[in-house]
Amino acid sequence: MEIKKTALYETHAKLGAKLVEFAGYYMPIQYRGIIDEHKRVRSTVGLFDVSHMGEFFISGPRALDFIQQMTINNAAKLEINQAQYSAMCYPDGGIIDDLIVYRLADRYMLIVNAGNLQKDWNWLVEHQMPGADLVNRSDELSLLALQGPRAAETLQPLTAVDLATIDTYHLADGKVAGIDALIARTGYTGEPGFEICVENQHAREIWDGLMKAGKAFAIEPIGLGARDTLRLEMKYCLYGNDIDETTQPLEAGLGWITKLKKGEFIGRDVLLAVSQQGLKRRLIGFTMQDRAVPRHGYPILAQGKPIGVVTSGTFSPMLQQGIGMGYVQIGFDTVGTPLEIDIRNRISRATVADTPFYKKS
Amino acid sequence: MQVPKNLWYTEEHEWVKVEGEIATIGITEYAQGELGDVVFVELPQVGAKVQQMQAFGTIEAVKAVSDLFAPVSGEVAEVNALLSDQPEVVNQDPYGQGWMIRIKMSVPQEVKKLLSAEDYEKKVG
Repeated sequence: MEIKKTALYETHAKLGAKLVEFAGYYMPIQYRGIIDEHKRVRSTVGLFDVSHMGEFFISGPRALDFIQQMTINNAAKLEINQAQYSAMCYPDGGIIDDLIVYRLADRYMLIVNAGNLQKDWNWLVEHQMPGADLVNRSDELSLLALQGPRAAETLQPLTAVDLATIDTYHLADGKVAGIDALIARTGYTGEPGFEICVENQHAREIWDGLMKAGKAFAIEPIGLGARDTLRLEMKYCLYGNDIDETTQPLEAGLGWITKLKKGEFIGRDVLLAVSQQGLKRRLIGFTMQDRAVPRHGYPILAQGKPIGVVTSGTFSPMLQQGIGMGYVQIGFDTVGTPLEIDIRNRISRATVADTPFYKKS
Repeated sequence: MQVPKNLWYTEEHEWVKVEGEIATIGITEYAQGELGDVVFVELPQVGAKVQQMQAFGTIEAVKAVSDLFAPVSGEVAEVNALLSDQPEVVNQDPYGQGWMIRIKMSVPQEVKKLLSAEDYEKKVG
């Protein structure tokens, strides 16, 4: 299958990005270097192209009923211009994808992971209700993420929308640099920031406008490498690493988006039973005591006995040590519990950590 | 891409500088670029024996981990202590301050099995 390019491919190439195949797209993994880019987002502001992600629109008189049936959070709580982190599950409780549901004035938008786009779309179509219309606009829309403590100051001069009026997980329909855009106060870094959704043909203009506006704050383009280290410092789940079809929301720490009392939805029966019986394992965060970097798939031990597996790991640029996430048996999941990570047959010491790993001082 | 002419290279992107019976070893400019930000380098102790094309250590970058392969056999004569505190010099100066170990060669003719700068350049070019 041919590898796709986002509308900003040429821009990334000119900036000297290292472009790699990710979820069927050529995506920038890094420009200057992961650690520099990571610190840029934590200190001022960075700009990401995340146009590989999917955008589905759901409209019609039964749009809400359909979303309620398909997702685990309570979309009925959404007001116009509000967004919500959610997930779709199979009847057995396994996670199909995690996603964000946006309530627009006259319809809903779902932003889904690129790697799951086709699977999600097929699942939605298979369960489509009369009165709920589905449109996949993933190939026509670009998504830029502007993240960092100076994100609002960067974006404000380009838009008439008063950004201070957009709360976290809310959005506004407005213009950025004269172009129609959805401006949402969402992100995947733990920093304040915005995700801006525009038609492909305008992506370049918006990118250039933001890069120019951010000059005062030394804005830099940020690749997927730093996106991963940033989300890991916050213990945000990454689909395919920390959550997948074999994991359920409650054990993944997503109980806060699992609304068992909202009414019927796919997966509810199993999740309700699990919530009554209790969990067997739980997704925890841990820090390395030794100089070592944990990675996906490494065994987690306690006093030499296997008790879990690492799902994500990296070297934290802010903490300057190895950090990771993984599932461990209940009983080994409390903060402070000593663990061992089997790193290519060498045992390194780790401790269950309070998360997010990185907290603003 | 910088590929100094006075060095020998491995298929695994290590470089070797031969001075008498001592071989100084590091990773290439290409390798550091592919790895990205280096965060830890695990090296053997002085006195450890290494075998040609056997792993002698590992290098951890933010994104990935990679084995380090000995271009020649022999005994580790010196280890670059700077790398334990400043692993980033491997990125900044791979052919200079970013060197990793010095080996006292036991089979000097093994060098003939390595790639010349010209051959290595073809490989990564």
